[in-house]
Amino acid sequence: MSLWQRITMLFKTKAHKALDRAEDPRETLDYSYQRQTELLAKVRRGVADVATSRKRVEIQVSQLEQQSAKLTEQAQKALEMNREDLAREALTRKSGLTTQIADLQGQLTQLQGEEEKLTLAQQRLAAKVESFRTRKETIKATYTAAEAQTRINEAVSGIGEEMGDVGLAIQRAEDKTAQMQARAGAIDELIASGALDDVSSLSRGDDIARELEAMSSQADVEAELAALKGASRPEAIEAPPSGDILAEETTPEAVEQGESS
Amino acid sequence: MIVRILGEGQFDVPDDALSALNEHDGAVESAIGSGDEAAFEAALGALLDAVRSVGTTHQVDSLDESDAILPPADASLEEVRAMLADDGLIPG
Repeated sequence: MSLWQRITMLFKTKAHKALDRAEDPRETLDYSYQRQTELLAKVRRGVADVATSRKRVEIQVSQLEQQSAKLTEQAQKALEMNREDLAREALTRKSGLTTQIADLQGQLTQLQGEEEKLTLAQQRLAAKVESFRTRKETIKATYTAAEAQTRINEAVSGIGEEMGDVGLAIQRAEDKTAQMQARAGAIDELIASGALDDVSSLSRGDDIARELEAMSSQADVEAELAALKGASRPEAIEAPPSGDILAEETTPEAVEQGESS
Repeated sequence: MIVRILGEGQFDVPDDALSALNEHDGAVESAIGSGDEAAFEAALGALLDAVRSVGTTHQVDSLDESDAILPPADASLEEVRAMLADDGLIPG
């Protein structure tokens, strides 16, 4: 027997298992319809679950991209202060993020693919369920139990195959999503722990980071002073009035430390 | 004949395409036999492409059973093996 014949036979054997449960074959129709609507609800939930995972990864990508842009800015600033060592540090951290971002974007593509597949599966199943509902009412209205058997078998087998297909699609999507969620959870933890943050808020015990923070805080102070005096000199290192990460949590000690180093 | 690609739906395939499809099917089967994942991927891809190219989408709200059911496009060799084992992937 060829491969497809074996797969087909196995698949149908499973699909047909649901068939002979009821005394009155017409009850089979209702029983099957009930299972169809349950499966339809399940595939809708599946689509929603995959969409949730996709959105989560999208948010992570944008968070990491923000951090990455911040590190580029910091490297730029460090270079302007002739501190190539600090620029190198910032860029090294950035390259770690770039790997993470590429990995997440790969996951995003996969999740989008799963979402699309499940959405299409849901549409196909919905069309068949509606068709089954109509057929079910017709069969019940038109035939006696004895007469109905063949037609019921046809209808139930036909949709049973689709249900098996959709059930498999849901299961596969769940498996794939579960794997990715585990990884997304790990990234969320990294983000929450600050390990992926920019140089200045990262590892307060890190000398290089502290130095860069202090230096740029000092530079920011000078820039602001210059701006207040109406001078245009430090244009390149001028910070926005608020929200610059390098200016955050600036303490007098940090500035002093920067001055003394 | 009606061919279902799992995860994609049903296709109407002209009967005279059957021998070509069987050839592709043989390649998939021998790849499974030898456990060659790369050959399996290529052969399954060729089989499904052949179905898609000669087939047309079967009426979506029909309740017709398929004459042949094929594995999903992204199935791994292991998955198809499991599918062929009785208590495999296909939900009962």
